[in-house]
Amino acid sequence: MKQENVIEVEGLSKKFGDFKAVDAITFEVKRGEIFGFLGANGAGKTTAMKMLIGISTPTSGKASVADFDVYTHAEDIKKNIGYMSQKFALYDDLSVKENITFFGGIYGLSRAQIKDKTAQLIEELGLQEVANQLVGSLPLGWKQKISFSVALLHDPKIVFLDEPTGGVDPITRRQFWEMIYKTANNGTTIFVTTHYMDEAEYCDRVSIMVNGKIEALDTPERLKKQFSVTNMNDVFLKLARG
Amino acid sequence: MKTIGYIVQKEFRQIFRNKAMLPLIFILPIIQLVILSNAATFEVKNIKFSYIDNDRTPTSRALIDKFRASDYFNVIADFPSQSEASSAMLKGEVDVILEIPHYFDRDLLKEKHGNLSVTINAIDGAAAGVENVYINQIVQSFNKSIQVKLVQSSGLAAKPVNIITLPSFWYNETLNYKTFMVPGILVLLVTMITLFLSGMNIVREKEIGTLEQINVTPIRKSQFIIGKLFPFWVLGLGLLTIGLIIAKLLFDVPMVGSMVVMYFYTSIYILVVLGIGLFISNFTDTQQQAMFIAWFFMVIFILMSGLFTPIESMPKWAQYITDFNPIKYFVEVMRMVMLKGSSLTDILPQVIKTLLFAIVMNGLAVWSYKKTG
Repeated sequence: MKQENVIEVEGLSKKFGDFKAVDAITFEVKRGEIFGFLGANGAGKTTAMKMLIGISTPTSGKASVADFDVYTHAEDIKKNIGYMSQKFALYDDLSVKENITFFGGIYGLSRAQIKDKTAQLIEELGLQEVANQLVGSLPLGWKQKISFSVALLHDPKIVFLDEPTGGVDPITRRQFWEMIYKTANNGTTIFVTTHYMDEAEYCDRVSIMVNGKIEALDTPERLKKQFSVTNMNDVFLKLARG
Repeated sequence: MKTIGYIVQKEFRQIFRNKAMLPLIFILPIIQLVILSNAATFEVKNIKFSYIDNDRTPTSRALIDKFRASDYFNVIADFPSQSEASSAMLKGEVDVILEIPHYFDRDLLKEKHGNLSVTINAIDGAAAGVENVYINQIVQSFNKSIQVKLVQSSGLAAKPVNIITLPSFWYNETLNYKTFMVPGILVLLVTMITLFLSGMNIVREKEIGTLEQINVTPIRKSQFIIGKLFPFWVLGLGLLTIGLIIAKLLFDVPMVGSMVVMYFYTSIYILVVLGIGLFISNFTDTQQQAMFIAWFFMVIFILMSGLFTPIESMPKWAQYITDFNPIKYFVEVMRMVMLKGSSLTDILPQVIKTLLFAIVMNGLAVWSYKKTG
């Protein structure tokens, strides 16, 4: 299998006044990879991700996503990516079906495609009972799964997940990661940030950001070896404490 | 086009699903229209009139009867002395004190003139001015009847006929304040509702985080904005319709002009308001901020619209500012078309200015809406 890069980042920085939120980060993500983007709160993960999904302009550095430049072709990037924010971002006052219709519609899917996708998604997630209920009335775990599925509606090349499992129970988290694996197996690249170090173990490769810089980047196995510890939690603690 | 359709569909679903907002949008304006149109009147009625009759002759009683016969005055007290009358005014029990001096009747007959003393509570200066005019009118008409009597009794040659004015009020013959106020208040309601709803709508999506989700989609700025504003444009025209029906049924406001012209102008006007609302929402992060700024503009627009105070009596510099007030043009057009039957050619200056505002405001709004932070 050809290992081409779908994300290439070189010396990417974002400054807010004198504060360097993201300080010259360099990495690449390969097609079909599950890439874990780790870091403590305020390390700059979300800022870096916002530059990659085209809603924040970098201060300096180079970056391309799905072969499109983040400076000049942000709108083309948006056609090729899915995004699930850490803040639940479906409409609480619309039903599951209506949310799917709306997002499918603004991604330019046809009526027929929306119909098929809706049926498929409801089937896969077992949402038959609640398909016409308002999203706001559903438990958080369900919302997150629907949110993830909506981000995949237009078959993006890359999905960006910003702390997708924040605040959900371990069983739902497990189910969620099963969905991620399934998606990755279909060739979609997954770019995921998380605070849960057990989730970091599920990733093909992880990077760990500390104070705006990437301090480590490798497979979980090699990182554990490198820092002579037995789990990712300890890797993270060693790095984050400096 | 298809994308816009999806946004419009979603907005309408959300508007009609919101059980708390829907009554606010449609019922509150109706209540406001009914209450304000009755309350916001410049007519001074039910003036609390009192008198001190020191003369107590048929002539003085005839004068007081003139006031009694007037629709504007309620004769509520007859004070024996000045001090009691004054204390009643202090307590706010009376608005006007008419004092008829001793020998009023005798002076009138002998010296052909008499003096009356009138005291008016002038805390509300505008009302006091109107009351003064009313009193003068009554006294003058009394004067004339006395003169006639004097002429008759003395048998002298007739005095020159007094020149009197016969006012003829065009377009609102009966000087009905409701006819004047209802169109204006309707303007306010259409403006307020569309401004607040559009101003807060996008900020609300910012607050709940869905705007970020929209911004990572390949949707075009113009598609999003048109899709967002179209439902409120329809809503504004719907409000106008409800308001016009109430104006006709409840207040019997004459609608001389063409409704086509009315709707044509309003559809441009609402674009201006929506542009302002969107512009505000682009520069604010919370609904509270948006609300405050929207109110700031609303208050200035309302007070400088010529609705409550005539623009002609404002200082020159203020009059120039009113040229930038879209509400002013809407009030003008509404009154012109409804009461005067003005045609499209008559309101062309307003149409052009409003169209210009619409282009500028929506241009600014689209320009300031950034998908990238």
